[in-house]
This record gives sequence, C-alpha cells and structure tokens, in this order.
Amino acid sequence: MEKIFITGSGSIVGTNICTDGKCGFNPQDFPDFTGFIKAAYKHFKIGFPKFYKMDNLSKLAFLTSEILLRDRKLTERYKPEETGIVLLNSSSTLETDDKHYHSIRDRSNYFPSPAVFVYTLPNIMIGEISIRNRIMGENVVFISEEYKPEILYEYVTFLMTNGHVNACIAGWVEYGRSGKDYESVMYLVEKVDFTNLNIKFETSYLEKHYCDLKAKHYG
Amino acid sequence: MVFLAGDNIISALGFSTSENVGKIIRGYCGINVSDDARLYPEPLYISCVETRILENEISKIHLQKEYTRFEKLAILSISDALQRSQIEIGHQNTLIIISTTKGNINLLDKTQAAKYDKQRIHLWSAAQEIQRYFKNPNTPLVVSNACISGLMAVIVARRLLKTGKYSNVVITGVDIMSEFIISGFQSFQAISPEPCKPFDLNRSGITVGEGAGTIILTSKPTGLNGDHRICISGGASSNDANHISGPSRTGDGLYFAIKHAMQEAGVGKDEIDYISAHGTGTDFNDEMEAKAIAWASLENKPVNSYKGYFGHTMGAAGVIESILGIQSLIRNELFPSMGFEKLGVSEDLNIIRERKHIPLSYCLKLGSGFGGCNAAVVYRKESMNQ
Repeated sequence: MEKIFITGSGSIVGTNICTDGKCGFNPQDFPDFTGFIKAAYKHFKIGFPKFYKMDNLSKLAFLTSEILLRDRKLTERYKPEETGIVLLNSSSTLETDDKHYHSIRDRSNYFPSPAVFVYTLPNIMIGEISIRNRIMGENVVFISEEYKPEILYEYVTFLMTNGHVNACIAGWVEYGRSGKDYESVMYLVEKVDFTNLNIKFETSYLEKHYCDLKAKHYG
Repeated sequence: MVFLAGDNIISALGFSTSENVGKIIRGYCGINVSDDARLYPEPLYISCVETRILENEISKIHLQKEYTRFEKLAILSISDALQRSQIEIGHQNTLIIISTTKGNINLLDKTQAAKYDKQRIHLWSAAQEIQRYFKNPNTPLVVSNACISGLMAVIVARRLLKTGKYSNVVITGVDIMSEFIISGFQSFQAISPEPCKPFDLNRSGITVGEGAGTIILTSKPTGLNGDHRICISGGASSNDANHISGPSRTGDGLYFAIKHAMQEAGVGKDEIDYISAHGTGTDFNDEMEAKAIAWASLENKPVNSYKGYFGHTMGAAGVIESILGIQSLIRNELFPSMGFEKLGVSEDLNIIRERKHIPLSYCLKLGSGFGGCNAAVVYRKESMNQ
C-alpha cells in the first residue's frame, strides 16, 4: 500500500496553541474563548477580516488551519481540487443553534439573522478554510460522540490511496454547547514526506499525539 | 463493486418508494400552504410528512420507548427498506450511516426536550438511538454536510464498503420540518411564495420539505434477484472555495465533483443517460448547476429536479432523489420536473417536461449546499442476463 505521512499538525487545547507539537503562544489572561481567540488571531497576524464574522466553531477551526498551514506552501504544491478536508466534531453547531433559536422563540422579539443561521451547519468551517486557502477537493464533516481517530484514519487513507486526493487536512474540531469546552487538532497528510521526519499516518500516532496535547494542557 | 440492496422513501407523497413513484406518475404535488403558527407567523408553502399516517405506521411496530419525530422517521424508513432486502442489520458486518443537517433540532425547545435525556439533541445521540433500536453492534457514523449530506453519505458508504471493513451499509437521510429551518431560510429571503419551480424563468426560491430516505448498499450481491441490479459506480465531492452561503458563479466546484465521479465510474459523457439535478429553485443554485452541467458537456442530457414534488428535504434530499433516479433506471422511464414551464437559466438545458419511456443505463445525481459543498454520484443499471 502507498505510504501516507503526517507532514504537520496544528492544535488549540484550552489556551495552548501548538504547531507540530511545539507550543508557543499561550496567553493566560483571557477569561473566555472570544477574548482568547481574538488575541491569537492578532498574535499570528492573520489579516482576514471575515474572521470576525465567524461563529466560535468556525473561528476555532479557521485559526487551527492557519497555524497548521502557515509556511507549508500548500497551494504551490497542489492543485485546488487535489486537497481534501475531513473534519470530525461532536456537538455540531449547538452553540450557534441556541443563538438562532433565541432570535425566533419570542414572537414579539423575532429577529432571525442570515449571518447567524448560516453558521448552524458544521461544514461551514470547511467552507471558511477552503475560501481562505482556495481548497476545492473532497470535503466532509463526521459527527462522533468523542474523538475517534480511527474514523479519520480509515476515511482519509481511502481518499489518499484511491483517486484524486493528494493532500488532506484531517482533524477534530469541537466547540461545546456551553462555550466552556473546546479543542481542536488538525493534521496535514501527504503522500510525499518533505519533512523527512517519517511520521506515518496511523491511528496509534493520532491517538498518542492527542493524548500528549491534552496532557500538556491539563498537566 | 457496490450494489443497491434495498430502499425506502418517506415524504409528503407517501411512506414507501413505490407509493412515492406512484404519486409522481400521477402528477401529485406534496407541497401545500401551512398556516401552522408554530412553524411560521404567516402562511407559507412547505411539504410535510403526514403526522396522522406517521403515527399510525409507527403504532404498528410497537416501540418500547419514547422516540422523537426524527427518530421515528428513520426507524420507519429503515424498517421498510430492510423488508425488501436480504441483509441482517444486527450483524457486525453492517454499518448504519445517518445523514442529517439538524437531527432533533426541535429539542432546542425545553418543553419538547423534557421527555428525553439531555444528550438527545446531539446528532450522534439520535443516531445511537436508531442503532440501538435495530440492535446493530457498530457505532453509527453521522454525516452532516449541509444539503449534500445525503449524497455524501452514499459516497462515504461506497468508500467504506470498498475498504472491506463492512459488507453492508444502511444509509438513512432524515430532516424534520422545523421553525428553526424555516425562519433561517426566510431570513435569507430564500423561500418561494409559491411551490418551488426549479430551472424555471419565474422561479423564486426554495420550498422547505420534510422526509426520510434509506438506501442499503452491499458489496456482496449474491442475494440480489431480478432482471437487473444497480451499482454505485462512482462518487465525489468538492468545494467552491468561493462563498459560505452562495453558490459559485461559474459552477467550477460542481464541475470538479462531476468530473471526478465520472472518472471513478469510468464513464464518458456519451454514456450518461439522465441527470437528477439538485435544482432547488433559487436563482443562483439553478444557474450555477446549469453552468456546471454545460462545462461537463452534458447540457443535452435529460435533467429534472424532484424538489417541485416534495420540496427540499435537506439531509434526506440526496438519498430520496437518488432512489428516484434509480427508479428511472429500473423502469426505463423519465419523470417531469414539476413546476417547470419556461427555461430560466443561461445554458440550454434539456429539462424533462413529460413522462417518457427510454432505455436508461446511467444516472448522474448532483447536489450542492451551504459551505460551498458539491457532490456527484453515478448510478449504473446492470442487466443480469448479459
């Protein structure tokens, strides 16, 4: 079987932001996600004003993709339709669903907004990442009770070994209904290991890497 | 190879595939004015599964606990499809895939949620209820990819079957009618003031529909009888990378999905006999789809949209409309695109105006949705006596 490699990772767990397992920016003084993610956006000098319009799940996914993809020159190496995005999530868009529902439950104060409603679909986060990076390949969101790396492994392996996908962004992006719990980790998966680190795309690696990230956060 | 082993459609037109096809043949439209103030403050056209019949059908299977409307639709749809297939849903080589946009979204309402455990609003929780009802041993997979969820579930199922991990996949697409979805599309001013008119000059938006569809796929076709069998020959998805709530102006994204699906199926443009379009009835979707079809040099192929019969059934649409496309292949019969009168897209599409019998082997099914996602699947009919 064709070999498939992990050529990069990006993650946000709590206020720990890591690239390729190395954690840099980790501000401690933000009480909530909104303040933290905005500070992170500024710290990484992202310069994509549409970021401010996104809901929290998309902000989390977008920022994770930015720290994953910076300096990887993905668009120089692959045609738009050669790159796929496969994301796993548990709570879908429940936090934003509550916002939309809040705007319609009272008939005397009825104010549904298209800017909120559009974010009540979990694959919008893929749309945002695709627009930013001009990625036009295979894309899907799977919903799973918890992080199950074997779902990513099996599906992404099939995509990379059967047909037109030559690079894939695969990951877990979760933003809980209450807004207190969130975490994300994304991998860049390629057939050519330009890193020479020889990290094979395998369930056991995904599992261990995730556990290490959680351990860093929870100590 | 991946084959069809059973199916079911539940929509405003009926509770089985044959009932739906029968109503389509007789030209029924399942879209009606609703003045249910719980759904929307003013009357509007929608298409709902009839609650009285749903409850009657459900009472026949003696459920042991309280299930939501979403779960009842899925359970009924799967039960009917299973009756017509040879597969064992309780076997470990069978996986259930649920495709939906909003699942038990009505449980955002605290009074409605009170009867159920608090996890039930989660898509995975609703899917697990369905899995447990059928005593299937595998954790179900949930695909939630906006309006292409159903087609995406078919594509994912085909791929998982090809890995050999499972022998059968039961795909069920469901979305219920809700104030949540109606108010959202209304805020986009995307809902048509009359039953939707896909590809028509005077189209003015979508009609929200409710429905469930089940497709059972197998990699072991030994139990399949009849004169022919249906193969899922190829499928692909793509993204416009253009806008999160509006389709591409050029159709390039959908074109990529069509191209890859046809490559995977090993078919050229001459072999495609018929296209079952997404055809929502919005200006932008239908125009984009027309451009993508023309880009793939398929503009002379007969095309229809089923949304004029039972609206846009969201996460169920790709499943329900695939089954109807397959019915066309099996019956060698094309069905008219309800609501269409005068061509209203820039490409000269061959929209089906009346029922006709012609030999059919290949159907191309299309879908597109919010987030810029697109999907295409190629279905093929194989004659068994060849």
